[in-house]
Amino acid sequence: MSIRDRMSGNEAIATAMRQINPDVFAMFPITPSTEIPQYFAQYVADGKVDTEFICVESEHSSMSACIGAEAAGARAVTATSSAGLSFMNEMLFVAASARLPIVLAVANRALTGPININHDYSDSMAERDSGFIQIYSENNQEAYDNYLQAHRIAETADVRLPVMICEDGFITSHALENIELESDEDVKAFVGEYHPEEYLLKAENPLAVGPYGVSNYYMEARVAQAEAMKNAKRAILDVAADFEKTFGRKYGFFEEYRMDDAEMAIVIMGSSAGTAKAAVDELRAAGKKVGLIKVRVFRPFPGEELAEALKNVKAVAVMDKSEGFSANGGPLFAETASACINMEQRPKMIDIVYGLGGRDFTVDHTRRVFAHLEKIIETGEIGPTYIHLGQRDDRKEVL
Amino acid sequence: MAYNLKEEMSKKERFEAGHRLCAGCGAGIVCRAMMRAVDPEDQAVICNATSCLEVSSFQYPYTAWHDSYIHSAFENAAATAAGVESAYVALKRRGKIDKNCKIIAIGGDGGTYDIGFQSLSGAMERGHDFTYFCYDNEAYMNTGTQRSSATPRFASATTTPSGIESVGKKQNQKDLTQIMVAHGSPYVAQTTMIGTFQDFHEKAHKAIYTEGPTFVNVLTPCPRGWQYSPEILPQICKTAVDTCIWPLYEVEEGEYHLTYKPKNKLPVEEFMKLQGRFIHCFAPGNEWTIEEAQKYVDRKWEELLEKCN
Repeated sequence: MSIRDRMSGNEAIATAMRQINPDVFAMFPITPSTEIPQYFAQYVADGKVDTEFICVESEHSSMSACIGAEAAGARAVTATSSAGLSFMNEMLFVAASARLPIVLAVANRALTGPININHDYSDSMAERDSGFIQIYSENNQEAYDNYLQAHRIAETADVRLPVMICEDGFITSHALENIELESDEDVKAFVGEYHPEEYLLKAENPLAVGPYGVSNYYMEARVAQAEAMKNAKRAILDVAADFEKTFGRKYGFFEEYRMDDAEMAIVIMGSSAGTAKAAVDELRAAGKKVGLIKVRVFRPFPGEELAEALKNVKAVAVMDKSEGFSANGGPLFAETASACINMEQRPKMIDIVYGLGGRDFTVDHTRRVFAHLEKIIETGEIGPTYIHLGQRDDRKEVL
Repeated sequence: MAYNLKEEMSKKERFEAGHRLCAGCGAGIVCRAMMRAVDPEDQAVICNATSCLEVSSFQYPYTAWHDSYIHSAFENAAATAAGVESAYVALKRRGKIDKNCKIIAIGGDGGTYDIGFQSLSGAMERGHDFTYFCYDNEAYMNTGTQRSSATPRFASATTTPSGIESVGKKQNQKDLTQIMVAHGSPYVAQTTMIGTFQDFHEKAHKAIYTEGPTFVNVLTPCPRGWQYSPEILPQICKTAVDTCIWPLYEVEEGEYHLTYKPKNKLPVEEFMKLQGRFIHCFAPGNEWTIEEAQKYVDRKWEELLEKCN
């Protein structure tokens, strides 16, 4: 039986953590994820969890401590944002290659240059090749639900990869919204106990982790890791199916919103999808054949499935809330375009970079995007394919 | 129980032969002695910083370690150990494990004095129950003898080479042992490999079996970086101690004890002349470097004696 409540995304994630009661939480504060360990510290202080909660001296050390703890046989978690995630960078790759199912909550925030505390995906997109599974949330409910699924996905025997559960900084992390929570017992039953096969503290069989892998062996380790990421696709759907059966809320690799017979679509992530859905509803009411795909799972990237979902669409705008500095579009565009490359009939596809450093994204912006796609379909001319939307200077706006 | 070398050497090895460390390298000897200090009935987890030791002792698919071992990166052996220790505490509390386990971190001076210093300081301050061993070979040996903050003044390193305009490294080394004492650690010691290894063994055992974050700094010669012939390793260690370049002492709950006082304090050049890295100090016109080195060692020795009294 679900419990109706209202809370922020940070509190929702902290609540999920409390219900799971992990063995080790290594924390270091950074805006806007700081509240997660703060809530958790209070749970420790109030005896609601018996987690070993350690306040380390940096994010590099929080991920390092998670690596040590998880390898030792514990369920280890942490949370971070922006520069903190960047500071973990080296250790993210180590965690993934050591096949340690750590769960990391990320309240996404722009990377510095100039320093900014608001939302975009530049932090986690910079870690897209780290080997972490990346799951993104539209709102507090999804942040909570995704977190409840994270440990099981990570700990699946043929996956054993760390997971990043992402929520939009401030927009989701701090805004209070209604939420349906599950009972502590139901969550514990769903997530289950962690029983690793091999771990450092296993007295009867010592374990060695993190070898020097020369060229004769390195490639096999990387291929095995790549296979694990492919296996994660199945695991994510399996866990989502069980989640739906248990709690009634449905999840997949992405959400298709009003995509039936859609001729124009936007591919988008996170809280912006909520805004864009309002525009889709409005345009549908006006008879326009528009739809939306909200990408939930970015790693592993569901390329085949996404291509299938886009196969009947004539024009697509991929919405990137991070600037990739590739001079060729953002990361979501690169992935979506490459997923569609072998289709018999491909939609025309443009990239729209928007919302950097927390710049507002509105229903009107979405309308302009669809109007632009309509023009592309009418004229058959694709025009610029790499566009920045929502700049201060109107004269710079392409749309 | 009194220390007995024969008994100690009859213990089952926990750091196996066949590793890839150089002949005449101190690191392997440190590891054997360190592991002898863990009581045979106790489990251990070793957390190793990236180093010569790491790449030489755990090259897939072989390991020289009989105990559980983890390497994750260069700068985070202490943070990794903190994670292992936290897991140990949590899993023990939850009844998932019951055997006694000693958590040991080990890194070279690069991974300890320099790039791993923040991680070490954090773990010491938080009070995890673990022991950090630094095998201090006074430069970044794994990358080819670049200077570190543990490199002594006047040593030639590949980033502080001697030349017409240079007499080697310009700065004295960081006194990490003192910095660890300042962290309030319940047990800090400095040792090296001399005689019957009694000094090493007793300090290592005390460190491992003192509750809380403890630290042992081990002077560990490197034949490649220090430029000596492998067989004189024991002589170098002994001379380091007898010149008071590397005094043997321990600090228990803030109280200093000198564990070895040379009968005849030797001049520092006795230590320097054994190694190629100081050869330029003996060139005509560079005598002052030896005088300066002597002055520094004398001052540090006097300061230490004062603390020990």
